[in-house]
Amino acid sequence: MKSFLKDNPIFALSLGLCSALAVTTTFEKAYMMGLSVLFVLLFSNIFVSLIRKHVSTSIQIPVFILIIGTFVTILSLLLERFMPSLYDSLGVYLSLITVNCIVLGRALAFASKNSVGKSIADAFKIGIGYTIAMMLIGLVRELFGSNTLTFMNDISALTGYRLVFKNVLPFSLSILATPAGAFITIGILTAIFNFIRSKYESN
Amino acid sequence: MNLINLFVSGVLSENIVLTKFLGICPFMGTSNKTKDAIGMSLAVTIVTTLSSIITYLLYNYVLVPTNSVYLKTIMFIFVIACMVQILLIIIKNKFKKLYQSLGIYLPLITTNCAVLGITLLNVNSGYSFMQMLVYTLSSCLGFSIVLCIFSSIRENLSEDIPKSFKGYPIAFITAGIMALIFGRLI
Repeated sequence: MKSFLKDNPIFALSLGLCSALAVTTTFEKAYMMGLSVLFVLLFSNIFVSLIRKHVSTSIQIPVFILIIGTFVTILSLLLERFMPSLYDSLGVYLSLITVNCIVLGRALAFASKNSVGKSIADAFKIGIGYTIAMMLIGLVRELFGSNTLTFMNDISALTGYRLVFKNVLPFSLSILATPAGAFITIGILTAIFNFIRSKYESN
Repeated sequence: MNLINLFVSGVLSENIVLTKFLGICPFMGTSNKTKDAIGMSLAVTIVTTLSSIITYLLYNYVLVPTNSVYLKTIMFIFVIACMVQILLIIIKNKFKKLYQSLGIYLPLITTNCAVLGITLLNVNSGYSFMQMLVYTLSSCLGFSIVLCIFSSIRENLSEDIPKSFKGYPIAFITAGIMALIFGRLI
């Protein structure tokens, strides 16, 4: 709880916002994006940590970006083969994990200075914090914006199940499903997050 | 699609910052001062235009014929990173004054999702060379306009807001209102 409040990439540090704004129109896309970032972050942290002694600081950024890009490509190929409809709906934002500030930020700030074990732990801590934040934004935007709740639809090619609730609430605020709604949702959630954090810290 | 149509929608109703959410990090990070915003948008425009042309040619004349389209993410980010380094060296040696004002923004651009995003959207949408050029320029113009407006709004924001909303939250809500306006302009 403490590290979730202090180090949350989206709400506390405002990193990785492109995907948090763009692919949170449904709950399913939001958590799959979170897991995709976790996958890339985990492998990039491991590899960056492994080669950390052989890379001089002046060429760190290009080398790390190529490592991250490789894992993003692997992930894209896997998703395209096993979950084509999810691959289509994430679209360009899947490739953009390459320049996601969280992944490169952790590679530079943590994995390039610490052992493999610690880097794996760090990847899980940050990646899970990111996934929870994405789920929260996706939940609010889908539930209030389009009045549905998608747990499994695009990934049903792999799991074989569909789980979509429709007309959950008696009303809907369609503005939350639009791009403007994405900004407003994150703004309000970050404010609530700040409020909880200040209460938590003062205790 | 008609080129004028593409241009106008690229600047306003399909604005990359407000509808596609690309380039949000510099948008939130460097938009406290109008001067920084102008420097950042100039740097983004130069890098994006040059790397769009190179990646477009690379994609259509190297990656497609050799059937290795899946390498586009890595190739494109590599082109952008090299572009940024080359520009940094050229500006440092030839244009001392420009370097002093743009120097700190250029390295940040490698990780700016607007640049990689625009180059990927160009090839994903299957644009012709002219359409690609118009789309890139209009996106950069849209990015610059929004960044400048947004930074001047943030400079003049009142301090009289609830404590929890200070900083990023109020910036997000301002951006949300701007997105509403830009989306309805056409």
